Amino acid sequence: MPRLLKAGLGKLDNMIKKVKYSGLIRLKEKTIEYFFLANGLFAIVVLIGIFSLLFTESLPALKEINPVEFLKINWDPTSPEKAEYGLLAMIVSTIMATLGAMLIAVPIGIATAAYIADIAHVKAREIIKPVIEILAGIPSVVVGFLGIVVVGPFLAKLFHTANGLNAINGAILLAIMALPTIISISEDAIVSVPQEFKNASLALGANKWQTLVKVTIPAASSGIFASVMLGMGRAIGETMTVLMATGNAPAMPHALTDPIRTMTATIAIELGETVQGGVHYHSLFVIGVVLFIMTFIVNLVADLVLHKYEKVNR
Amino acid sequence: MKIRKSTVYEKLGFFLFRSAAWLVLLVVLLILLDIFYKGGQSISWEFITSKPRKGMTEGGIWPAIVGTFWVSLVTIFFAVPAGVFTAIYLNEYAKQGLVVRIIRLAIRNLSGVPSIVYGLFGFGLFVLMLKLGLSVISAGLTLGLLTLPWTITSSEEALKNVPMSYREGSLALGATKWQTIRINVLPYAMPGMLTGAILGLARAAGETAPILFTGAAFFWPVLSKFPKVLDSQFMALPYHLFIMSTQHHEIAKVRPLAYGTALVLIVLILMMNVLAIGLRYHFRKKYKRN
Repeated sequence: MPRLLKAGLGKLDNMIKKVKYSGLIRLKEKTIEYFFLANGLFAIVVLIGIFSLLFTESLPALKEINPVEFLKINWDPTSPEKAEYGLLAMIVSTIMATLGAMLIAVPIGIATAAYIADIAHVKAREIIKPVIEILAGIPSVVVGFLGIVVVGPFLAKLFHTANGLNAINGAILLAIMALPTIISISEDAIVSVPQEFKNASLALGANKWQTLVKVTIPAASSGIFASVMLGMGRAIGETMTVLMATGNAPAMPHALTDPIRTMTATIAIELGETVQGGVHYHSLFVIGVVLFIMTFIVNLVADLVLHKYEKVNR
Repeated sequence: MKIRKSTVYEKLGFFLFRSAAWLVLLVVLLILLDIFYKGGQSISWEFITSKPRKGMTEGGIWPAIVGTFWVSLVTIFFAVPAGVFTAIYLNEYAKQGLVVRIIRLAIRNLSGVPSIVYGLFGFGLFVLMLKLGLSVISAGLTLGLLTLPWTITSSEEALKNVPMSYREGSLALGATKWQTIRINVLPYAMPGMLTGAILGLARAAGETAPILFTGAAFFWPVLSKFPKVLDSQFMALPYHLFIMSTQHHEIAKVRPLAYGTALVLIVLILMMNVLAIGLRYHFRKKYKRN
């Protein structure tokens, strides 16, 4: 049967060859092209789809509750006395954990990237790069787990607190999650600084360190900036690590040693417990919209900078 | 002997940068050591092949492994073709212009959308609107959307690596565009695409947030046969680890089981990564010879 089919197909192919350049072929080629175009447009459809679904699902909450309520501090939609829908505490929590993470990850990440790109021997590079790929592949739930069993007890001893599940813990874990992004994109940026820049600097009598810090890194600064923004976007949107390791206390944090509850964690905790279609349910989509917009802006800024930088280097 | 100040700074600076790199290395090493050492103690044949027992305080993780397998299968069946087709459009057909720039912008932004937002979207679209319910198929499709940017990017990378002359030769002989792509481009891009697919799969298999509300279950020991399995809830390794480390009522008692689960998950993902890198290496060598 397959042989018959093959023979048949062969004949068909011959026939098609005979009428080559005929309308049929052109039609087939065009159809195929439109098929691939439709697939290309799919990414746009998904992105718009995500936003419009979040938005329409959040509308009932915005109608039911005065939008000003969302600008208040406390979030307590299930309170029997007075439900509160303030997003401020969790936005501050998210920003706190993210900035803490950047404080750790940015210096280490840029230094590592510069080391790999400019200082390290080939052998060291061949060890470090795959290790960073491994780090990028470690699932967030595993990192969160280590936050509970390793980082938590360590912090508890250090600060004499009950369990060490707090903003610092979250910041450390988010730094670990953001490092691969920062390192790999910064490294790309540093590697693609033209050799002439460095040669000129060295020829003027600067040593390698001066060249790296005063010429190479500044020349790669837009790429490095983009890498930091992308790492930050990743930290803002990260869910499992903060859900597991930051204590989840829905209140305004005052210190890095306070337990926090981020936007992502709030959605993760409450969506499963709420009644579908209720005000609480729809208000969770409001958090989703805010989260989407925040990461969208951060990524867009990174994208614009990276794009400009690609053009300059071409 | 006079030592220059700038030389001291150079030594110091390089030392600091080197320390940063080795610190990152150390962190990864500690993560792996901790999980391998403590997880290794609870790994046994029985742990891998049996169901959880006695309120999940004993027994193994077999249903979670099978659940992760099915969800991943749905994920690649959706994400790989969609990613490859998009890449073919972008690399072979599209002319540089506004449409392509918007598509690329959308792809890059999709890769930055938080995983929990994919979870919300999957819940709203697949579970509720399309009435697929809490199921393997809902979770798989959600993860498929999440991996889409990666499959597109890696497929495009693979297509870019096929030399232009392969296309020109075929076109010069009178082949149509589609014939050229089918016969002279895709076969050579296949290994790269395969590598990308495996890496995307490794990422999807470790994700938890998108499956929280799309079908992952606390305890679902028996999975039905194909195709009914697609319509049922499931246990998954990452979700199981989350449950065992935060939601279980006897957290201290089940800690070894949580470590074991983490180890199995990490080993699974590392294996997929090694497989992908091995494939890339193998095919690169093969093509160099030709």
